[in-house]
Amino acid sequence: MQKHITCTVCPMSCDVVLELSADGEILSLTGNKCPRGKVYATKEHTAPERTLTSIVKVSGGAHPVLPVRTNKPIPKEKLREGMAAAATIQVQAPVTMGDVIVKDFLGLDVDLVATRDI
Amino acid sequence: MDRTKKKATKVQVVIVGGGIIGTAVARELSRYKLDVLLLEAEPEVGWGTTKANSGIVHGGFHEEPGTLKAKYCFPGNQMYPQLCEELDVCFKQNGILMVARTPEEMDTVQLYYERGKERGVNVRLLNQEEVVAQEPNLDPGIIGALYAPEGGSVMPFELAAALMENAVQNGVNFRVNAEVINAWTEDGKKYLETEEEVFEADYVINAAGLFSDDLARMFGDDYFSIRPRKGEEYIFDLSVRDVVKSTIFPVPGKISKGILVIPTAAGNLMMGPTGDNVDEKEDLGTTQDGFNRVFEGAKSLVPSLNPRQIIAQFAGVRAASDRGDFIVELSPNVPGLVHLAGIESPGLTAAPAIAADVPRLLKEAGLELEQKEHFEPRRRDVLRFGSLSREEQDALVKKDPSYGRIICRCESITEGEIVDAIHRGARTLDGIKFRVRAGAGRCQGGFCQPLITQLLSRELDIPVTAVTKAGPGSEQVKFVAKELSEMEVAKS
Amino acid sequence: MKQVHVDVAVIGGGPAGLAAALAAHSEGAGRVLIIERNVELGGILQQCIHHGFGLHRFKQELTGPEYAQRFINLVKETDIEVMLETMVLEVTPERKIYAVNSQTGMLEINAKAVVLAMGCRERTRGALRIPGGRPAGVFSAGTAQRYVNIDGYMPGKKAVILGSGDIGLIMARRFTLEGAKVEAVVEVLPYAAGLTRNVVQCLEDYDIPLYLQSTVIEIHGTKRIEAVTIAQVDAQWNPIPGTERKIECDTLLLSVGLVPENELSSQAGVAIDPVTNGPLVDESMMTNIPGIFACGNVLHVHDLVDNVSRESERAGMYAGRFAVGSSNPAPRRIKVVAGDNIRYVVPHEVSTTEPVEFFMRVQRPEDSVVLDVGGLRQLKKTSVRPSEMLDVKITPEQLQSLEGDTLVMQIVPQKEA
Repeated sequence: MQKHITCTVCPMSCDVVLELSADGEILSLTGNKCPRGKVYATKEHTAPERTLTSIVKVSGGAHPVLPVRTNKPIPKEKLREGMAAAATIQVQAPVTMGDVIVKDFLGLDVDLVATRDI
Repeated sequence: MDRTKKKATKVQVVIVGGGIIGTAVARELSRYKLDVLLLEAEPEVGWGTTKANSGIVHGGFHEEPGTLKAKYCFPGNQMYPQLCEELDVCFKQNGILMVARTPEEMDTVQLYYERGKERGVNVRLLNQEEVVAQEPNLDPGIIGALYAPEGGSVMPFELAAALMENAVQNGVNFRVNAEVINAWTEDGKKYLETEEEVFEADYVINAAGLFSDDLARMFGDDYFSIRPRKGEEYIFDLSVRDVVKSTIFPVPGKISKGILVIPTAAGNLMMGPTGDNVDEKEDLGTTQDGFNRVFEGAKSLVPSLNPRQIIAQFAGVRAASDRGDFIVELSPNVPGLVHLAGIESPGLTAAPAIAADVPRLLKEAGLELEQKEHFEPRRRDVLRFGSLSREEQDALVKKDPSYGRIICRCESITEGEIVDAIHRGARTLDGIKFRVRAGAGRCQGGFCQPLITQLLSRELDIPVTAVTKAGPGSEQVKFVAKELSEMEVAKS
Repeated sequence: MKQVHVDVAVIGGGPAGLAAALAAHSEGAGRVLIIERNVELGGILQQCIHHGFGLHRFKQELTGPEYAQRFINLVKETDIEVMLETMVLEVTPERKIYAVNSQTGMLEINAKAVVLAMGCRERTRGALRIPGGRPAGVFSAGTAQRYVNIDGYMPGKKAVILGSGDIGLIMARRFTLEGAKVEAVVEVLPYAAGLTRNVVQCLEDYDIPLYLQSTVIEIHGTKRIEAVTIAQVDAQWNPIPGTERKIECDTLLLSVGLVPENELSSQAGVAIDPVTNGPLVDESMMTNIPGIFACGNVLHVHDLVDNVSRESERAGMYAGRFAVGSSNPAPRRIKVVAGDNIRYVVPHEVSTTEPVEFFMRVQRPEDSVVLDVGGLRQLKKTSVRPSEMLDVKITPEQLQSLEGDTLVMQIVPQKEA
C-alpha cells in the first residue's frame, strides 16, 4: 500500500512515496531529493508531532488572552486534547515570556509556556 | 379583526419612516407647537433607501414640467445651502455637468438648458474647449455640456441624522427598531401598532419609503404601488478624488439619469447608479453585471478610471411608484392621512421643499398650526478632528484627551468623535461608519473595527458579542474564545 | 504644541521599526524615537501566535510574540524612546512629523532622519468587488486573527476562507483549533499561495478541503452571512458557468493580499514603485526624499520576518549615519532593472561604494534556473516561486566592475546560463 507525504523541510516540497506493509511498516521510501526527506517522512508516518500554539485566558494584563506554546512538539494526535486542556486555563498577570504555565502538559515531558510578557 | 390588547398612546402627529423625507418633515413640524412622534423600523434613521442614495443635490433642470418632481426639486435645491449650514452638514456645492458626445445629444442638452433657464436655474452651456478647460480628464469625445454650478452633493445619511437630531432638539420624539406591523382606523381614529406599543394618531404622515404602499393598504388606501428599483454604486480610494470637480452626467436615458461620476461630499469619487427593477424590496446585493454596466458608463465619461482603485460598493433600492412621479397628497379616503410616497430621484433634493409643504396639507386636513416662539434651527455643532488645524487639534486634545486617540487611521477619526456619535444615537458599527466615517476608509475597518467594537461595548454597556454591524441579528463577533472549544468538549 | 527634536524618528514599532531603531542607536544616533499607534510594541507579530519565525536569524522556530519580545527586550535595555498609542498624521519632506496622543496632544517631531516602518494593510472585500449584500461576518483574515488572538473572541463557528496565502492557511488552523469548522479554503491560483508546510499543517492535518482555481462569486445573507457561492475560474480568473456551488457558513475570511501602507509616504512626496506599492529606495534604504528611509512591509511585502529585520537594520544604520552626519554622497548611481521573470527588486538604485543585499520576487514559478545578477553573480536555483522572496548579496567591488549604469536582475533557464 502506498502513502504520499509532502516533505516540508525545504521549499522543494518533495513528494515522498512510502511503500507500506499491511500493518503500516515502511518497506521502502522514494521521491526525496535529500536525506532529510527520508528522516522527515519516516517520522511523519511513524510518530507525527506538532508544536501546539494557542491562547489562554489571563486576568490583569493588557489583553484578556495570553499566547502560549508547547516548548517541544507533542504527538499530533494529542492536539485536540491539548486545545481542550488550554481552554480551561486561567492565568494571572504579570507573566514573563518563557514562564511555565503548565508543567508536564498532558502528562508528557513538555511544558506549556508563555510566549510574551503581559 | 383581532385588535391588540396594548393600551394606545395618544399622539397628535405620527410620522412613519425616518428616511430623508420623514426626518425632513419631523424637523419642519418641530417649528410648530405639535406633539410629534417619528417611527423608524431600522435601528437608525436614514437606513432605508436614504442610506444608499447617491447624495446628489440636483440642479433642477432635469424634471419634466408639470410634475411634482419639477415642483419640488429646484426649490429644494435652493434651500440646501442654508439648511446644511444650520445643521452643520457638509454641502459640497461643486456643480453638475451634463455632457454630450454627439450633435443629437447636444440638442438634448440644449433642451435641458432651456428647461432649466425657464425654471430659474443657474445654467450655462459650455462648448468643447470650455469643457476641456474645466474638466481636463473627461473623454475627449465630449463636444459640449450644460453646467449648473448650484448643484452638488451631501452625505444623505448624515443629513437625515442631522435633521432628526435637530427635530429632537426641538421636541420631536422618535423610536427606532419600531416597524409599524399593523395600522387601522376605528371610530374615525387612526391606530398604529409596533411590536412594543400602539399609538392613536390624529394625523399620520406616510413617509415609509419602500413600504409606503404597504402602510397605505393597512389604512385601506390601495391606489398606488411601489415598484422597487435597485441601484449599485462603486466607491474609489481617496487618491482618485481630484479626477473631476463636478458631478458628471451623461444625457439621460428613458428611465434613468444614467451612470454618473460623482465626487461625493465624503471626499471619495463614486460611480453609479444602475437602475434595475427588482422583485424584492430588500434586494441589496451588488452584482457582477451591475458592475460591468457601471464601469462601462463611467469609463465613457472619465477614461482614466481604474477598477483596481475601488475600495467599496453598495446597493440601494429606490421606492419608485407606479405613478412615475412623487405622491404628495392627502389620502382621498382616510382623513388626516398624508402620503409622501414614490419619492425616487430627485427625492433627496426635493426633501426640504416637500417637508416645507406638509404644513399646508395638514392645515387642509384640519390641523391648527401655531409656530413656536423658540425654534432652534441650528444643530449642535459636530467636532471633526480631521478638519481642524494642528493648533486647534492640540487644544482640543488638551481639553478632552479622548480626541487624542485616533481610532480610524484611514480617515483620522478619534475616539472622541466616535463616543460623540454614540451619544447622538449611533448604536451599531454601521451607525458609526455612517455618522463619522470610521471604517469607511481604504482599509474598510480592517484596523479599526476591533477598536470601534470595544468602544460600542463600553459606551452601550453591552458585551462585545452583542455589538452588531447593523442591528439585531448582525452581531459581528459571535463567541468568546474558548466558548466554542468548551461546547466541543461538552459534546465529546 | 509640544516640539520634540530627535536624531532618528522611526514610524512604527513592529519588527521593522524595532530593528531599525536598534541599528540607528548602535550607529551612534543620540536620540532615537519609536512612534507606535498601538498599546504596545511588536506590531503584527503580537497576533501571530503560531511558530515558524526566526529560523534563519535565531536558528529556532519562535512564535511571533517571542520574536517580537526579543527585540522589545533589546530596546528596553537602551535609551531608545518609545511613544505608544501615538498616531502619526503627517510627515513633511523637511522631516517634520505631526503625531497625536491623548496624553500630550499634538506633537511636532523634528527629526534629522526618518525611518518609515508602517507595515501594510489587507486587501478588502470592496477591492475584490465580491457580489452580494453586506452582512456581518465578513472579515479580512488579519482582523479576525486580531479578534481571536488579542481580544479573545471567535467571530463565528463555520467559516469559509478565500485565499490560500499563509494568513489564510494559518487562520484555517487557528479557527479549527478554537472549535470552529472550516468548510473550505478557496484559491484562485492553480496552486496554494502559501508555504507547503502550512498547507500540510493547516489544511491536511485537519482535512480542510482546498479548492484551487476557484473563487467566491457571491455572498449570501442580509444580517449575517449565511453562505457563499464559489465557482471555478478560467485562466483569466472569470467564473466558469455551471461550476457554482453553495457552501453554508457564518463567517467568511478574506486572505487576498497585502498592500504596503504608504499614505504618509505619498503625502510627504516619497516616490512609490507601482509594482511593490512601496517607496523607491537605494541601497541605504533611503527614498527620494533625503533623510527619509523605508524598510519592512511598507517597502515591499515580505514572507520572512528574518529578512525584515535584516533589511531594517540596514535602514536604521544608514538613517543613524545620516542623522549624525557621517554618510557620504555616492558618486555613481546604478539603476536596478527587473528582467526576465523578475517581478520586482529592491533596492531600485545602488551606488558602488556600499555592499548591497537585493530582495526580489519572481513573476511565475520556474524550476532549474539561474538567478543572474547583472552578470556579476550567477546563483543556481532548483526552483523559484513568487511566494518565496529571493535575496542575494553583492559587494562594492562587484558593483564597480559593472559596465554601464544599469544592473539587470533576471532568471535564466539553467541550460542557457
